[in-house]
Amino acid sequence: MRDKILIANGQGFWGDSILGPVRLVREGPLDYLALDYLAEVTMSIMQKLRSRDPRAGYATDFVRMLDRILPEAHQKGIRVIANAGGVNPRACMEAVLELARKKGCSGLRVGVIEGDDVLDRLDEFLADGEELRNLDTGEPLAAIRERISSANVYIGAPAVAACLAAGADIVIGGRITDPALVAGPMLHEFGWALDDWDKLAAATVAGHIVECGAQCTGGNYTRWQDVEGWANIGYPIIEARPDGAFWVTKHDGTGGLVTRDSVVHQLLYEMGDPTRYLGPDCVADFTSAQVEQDGRDRVRVAGVRGGPATGTFKVSISYLDGYKAVGQLTVSGPDAVAKARLCAAIVFDRLALDGVTFRDDQKTVELVGSGVCHAGIAPAIDPPEVVLRIGVRDPDRAKVDRFGMEIVPLVTSGPPGVTGFAGGRPKATEVVGYWPALVSKHRIAPTVHVETVR
Amino acid sequence: MARVRLGEFAQARSGDKGDGSNVGVFVSNATDYELLRRELTAERVRQHFHAICLGGVERYELPNLLALNFILHDSLGGGGSASLKTDAQGKTHGLALLQMEIER
Repeated sequence: MRDKILIANGQGFWGDSILGPVRLVREGPLDYLALDYLAEVTMSIMQKLRSRDPRAGYATDFVRMLDRILPEAHQKGIRVIANAGGVNPRACMEAVLELARKKGCSGLRVGVIEGDDVLDRLDEFLADGEELRNLDTGEPLAAIRERISSANVYIGAPAVAACLAAGADIVIGGRITDPALVAGPMLHEFGWALDDWDKLAAATVAGHIVECGAQCTGGNYTRWQDVEGWANIGYPIIEARPDGAFWVTKHDGTGGLVTRDSVVHQLLYEMGDPTRYLGPDCVADFTSAQVEQDGRDRVRVAGVRGGPATGTFKVSISYLDGYKAVGQLTVSGPDAVAKARLCAAIVFDRLALDGVTFRDDQKTVELVGSGVCHAGIAPAIDPPEVVLRIGVRDPDRAKVDRFGMEIVPLVTSGPPGVTGFAGGRPKATEVVGYWPALVSKHRIAPTVHVETVR
Repeated sequence: MARVRLGEFAQARSGDKGDGSNVGVFVSNATDYELLRRELTAERVRQHFHAICLGGVERYELPNLLALNFILHDSLGGGGSASLKTDAQGKTHGLALLQMEIER
């Protein structure tokens, strides 16, 4: 057993900078590179892509990124773990194998984790008594059954560890939880028992700290003036030890910072009840973590406690929830605020003249620049210009498209000083509803499969 | 005792939690943490966010991090892809909390 391993996160979400992983491979020592490509909405988008093309439905960014780091990552022995498989991990694996062959990476082993996609099993679950009620509202699944577009179980660290044990240099999964991408290598390297709750909780906390990439190394940092080297900000690295203690750090010579404060910022991110952070592998108690500065750009985290995992996995179900459109115009002063409000009223009055109306709670009017983000908190001002942001939501696509046609006409038939209509007519886009639910663990058995590049 | 903006001594981060947001706020010493615990009640935070948070506010304590965590229910206009708001994920709610003035 190694006495320490270095695990980095180079991708906080689908759309994060490609420089994160590319630089992590190039700029310093590393054992594992974890990459998160999924969000709740992502799976639905990928399912749609797959329905049009059976070879699509995964994060193609991942393959483009590998094109930049192979063969260097392979030569350096860095193993890559990503949930880039989306709703089609096999197709992602095929694309990676093809790329690896092209790059001459013979001997590279590519692994895939499957079993998270339960879209075709929902009726089986329902028939077996799994209710799949909405965790937030308690509603039964029947309310949206006909409109479901994707359903994936959140898979934990043991599946990642199993794929690594099977020899994979590149692990591709579907809906693997963000923390499990980092916890998986720890489980694999240190051989922790699956009921060693404190260690699993420590691994979960480590994964949580780095799962948003640079958001724990100076990104989105309250005291942003203290941060230097923004362009080459270091992505986070966990230096993990077999006893469950770990350090958060980054490569020497990179920008940003790792401080007790930068780590605490991220520990609090998307937090619910901190004493019960629910994951597939354990329940972690974030109030037990001891966080202390231990040298420049090094923070030690220890003492994390955890409890037994629950008997269920979380399922992320997405469904079509109507349509929306948002358009914007810039309104200059004088009287920018008053004129922008008038513009919004004109749009909805004209639509009403044409028989198109929307419920009040399905409309939005924002005067960006006059205190929108901090409504009711920022002092009221009369800025030299505002951006009028106006939108609607409705089950009827045609109504939403009709709305989009009444924004640009304001330039010539509204108050003076209206401009910035470069985006043209906003079109109706699908609203993807998110339905979190639970399913009994015994129904889900992730499988791993590894292929070697010849 | 003087009236000070929370942002002068505290730091914060926020994000989405379903149709609500979470706002974590923390300080760097035990004295300020006791001040946070005393002044930043769930009700006070709810009033501060009256034009943003349409549901209730829950508060959790993390004494190990000298931090409090607030859940602001119904503060994202539906959340996720359903929201029409500019800040559909509550990214700016942390800085909004730091605008609050308290007696210190």
